[in-house]
Amino acid sequence: MFKRNLTAAAVALAFPGAVLAQDADLSKIREEIKQMKGTYEQRIQALEQRAKTAESGAGKAESAFNPAVSLILQGTYANTSQDPNTFQITGFVPSGGEVGPPKRSFGLGETELVFSANIDPYFRGVAIAALTPENEVEVEEAYFQTLALGKGFTLKGGRFFSGIGYQNEIHQHAWDFQDAPLPYKAFLGGRLGQDGLQLRWVAPTPLFLELGAEASSGDQFPGSDRNKNGVGGGSVFGHLGGDIGSSYAWRAGLSYLRNSPQDRAYEDVDSLGGVVTNSFTGTAKLWIADAILKWAPDGNAARTNFKLQGEYFRFKQDGSLTYDDSGASAVFGTVTGPFSTDQSGWYAQGVWQFMPRWRAGYRYDQLRYGSVTNGIVNNGLGPTAADFPLLTNHSPSRNTAMIDWSPSEFSRLRVQYAADKSRIGVTDNQIIVQYILSLGAHGGHKF
Amino acid sequence: MKWIKHLSGALLLAVAVPAAAALNIFACEPEWGALAKELGGDKVAVFTATTALQDPHHIEARPSLIARARSAELMVCTGAQLEIGWLPLLLTQSGNARIQLGRPGYFEAADYVATIEVPQVLDRSLGDVHPAGNPHLHLDPHNIVKVAQALTQRLAVLDPANTEYYRAQSKQFLARWQEAIARWEKQGSGLRDLPIVIHHKNLSYFIRWLKLREVGALEPRPGIPPSAGHLGELLARLQKQPAKAVVRAAYNDPRPAEWLAERAKIPVIAVPFTVGGSDKAKDLFGLFDDTLARLLAVVK
Repeated sequence: MFKRNLTAAAVALAFPGAVLAQDADLSKIREEIKQMKGTYEQRIQALEQRAKTAESGAGKAESAFNPAVSLILQGTYANTSQDPNTFQITGFVPSGGEVGPPKRSFGLGETELVFSANIDPYFRGVAIAALTPENEVEVEEAYFQTLALGKGFTLKGGRFFSGIGYQNEIHQHAWDFQDAPLPYKAFLGGRLGQDGLQLRWVAPTPLFLELGAEASSGDQFPGSDRNKNGVGGGSVFGHLGGDIGSSYAWRAGLSYLRNSPQDRAYEDVDSLGGVVTNSFTGTAKLWIADAILKWAPDGNAARTNFKLQGEYFRFKQDGSLTYDDSGASAVFGTVTGPFSTDQSGWYAQGVWQFMPRWRAGYRYDQLRYGSVTNGIVNNGLGPTAADFPLLTNHSPSRNTAMIDWSPSEFSRLRVQYAADKSRIGVTDNQIIVQYILSLGAHGGHKF
Repeated sequence: MKWIKHLSGALLLAVAVPAAAALNIFACEPEWGALAKELGGDKVAVFTATTALQDPHHIEARPSLIARARSAELMVCTGAQLEIGWLPLLLTQSGNARIQLGRPGYFEAADYVATIEVPQVLDRSLGDVHPAGNPHLHLDPHNIVKVAQALTQRLAVLDPANTEYYRAQSKQFLARWQEAIARWEKQGSGLRDLPIVIHHKNLSYFIRWLKLREVGALEPRPGIPPSAGHLGELLARLQKQPAKAVVRAAYNDPRPAEWLAERAKIPVIAVPFTVGGSDKAKDLFGLFDDTLARLLAVVK
């Protein structure tokens, strides 16, 4: 205030005659000076700000080029009525993945370490290492992705989560339940991560249309390591999506995965209690139809929102199965016969954020045994159905409910209850308390 | 591998569809959509990704946004990590080389404005802080001037044939804008030192511009939803240091503001925050006119 008066006084002194004569002029000059002052004040402030930003020295150190790093901490407390070590999905060839419930009592989940950055104007790189509770390091994903192909094309290469289905590409810490739906557990070992190449194309249309194709070594279930040149597994997928008004968003997709497993082995127990090895050689085909619908009033998910998600799987295998009990009972030795399966599964889940921070969710999943044609049993080659207990006719199902609380965008606590009928004849009542915390770089809000 | 042949045939067909004549602009927020329309006139086609009722921090990379980013020739966004949760995903999933970081098709307003509230300490215990400073920079009309100038240049780079047109549009817009600023600053002098409680740190530029006084925030830390405990403390604080109003943006949850206002016996003012946030905020001029009118109504 004092300063302004001083300026006015100075102006008045400088033009003593004019002041009295022309009030209008003076006020005009005053206004101009005020404006100039304002502009200068702002400029000075802007300069100060720049200096401050420069001081923080973001651009100086070598570390300025460090990739974005984030760390996900996860852990559980589990209470299960059945021994988690006896977990099986009866009626289905074991998928080899870590698909059972977490260990009883306190347990650490996977600690994920994520690095990502643009490599140059042409490529982006992402690496995600999982530190497992068994003190091992697993490379979950490590891939490059093109930035400059243009025309809607993106090529990805390395190890990555396949684009098939909906949940497959979503990282575990972003799942709405502690574990994967049953069809993912039975047909993909929890999820499909593979070494290979992926090409995606987004159509230049307002309606979202995306097509993708993948070629991989095919060494993950339902494939197996083949030690062969060429492509071991391939998939194609298509996604459609868009908005309905400003409150709804949706996506629907179809995927097809084909693998040619060779001597893909799993262990079972024969009628005498001896461990036998069954290995499958042939083709495995998987079809997935997925759909997701999200609702948030006016598209503002902050206060309340709802998410409905479902996927249907159809899984067919055709080839031959080799039964080998020579390691234990040695009654039949090695027996090979034709083998084919035609099975399916689905799940549907809804998650409702009923107030800020709080969400509740329910999931139902089910597998259909369908048909399993075991030539060894049917053709009377020796072993009977009792020697293949894992392939007993059973259609597993499960009910899961959860409630979670997220104090901020970076932390979440969850309680989940599941009545799991994966094993034949028993229900496993599981109560799981889980925490998911994310440190470091802000992750993306994937749809 | 017959399907590959069919697929590539279909792809070629789709790619061959001719692009529209107007420059395709993808605006991350309504204020930049409105500015692009002011400067680009009928030479641009503007898609605005978010509305005034949505929190620009919490947007998902929805399929519809990826589809629009795919065809965009220019992304006009705020930057300063406001869109960190969704913009990087749009860039990597759209397969659009033109809009990648460092290309002329990528424009961040924060590159041309001195941001305020740049944190000295970066720690998430302080909330969801933005390392590059407060990103809600459009509520100081002087910042709009800087962004408009930079955006005009960018439009000319991307569409050189219409350079003269963009310059003329810009000149006309800025002349009207400067006039409006003078008017707003005159009106706004009545708001000087007005003590207000805010919801989120999204009005800081406005507060600084017209020298209002922020005496509290409903969010205990930026990005952390208001809690009962914090609101209680805030209410106690207001007994000693009263505020004239609780001011929230159109997209902020109205309930915490109402809870506090009722108990502190002060009004709630819902400001449009951006274009489309109220009936009167139809463009950038309306946005500031309406914001000022709503605030001045309390002073009188």
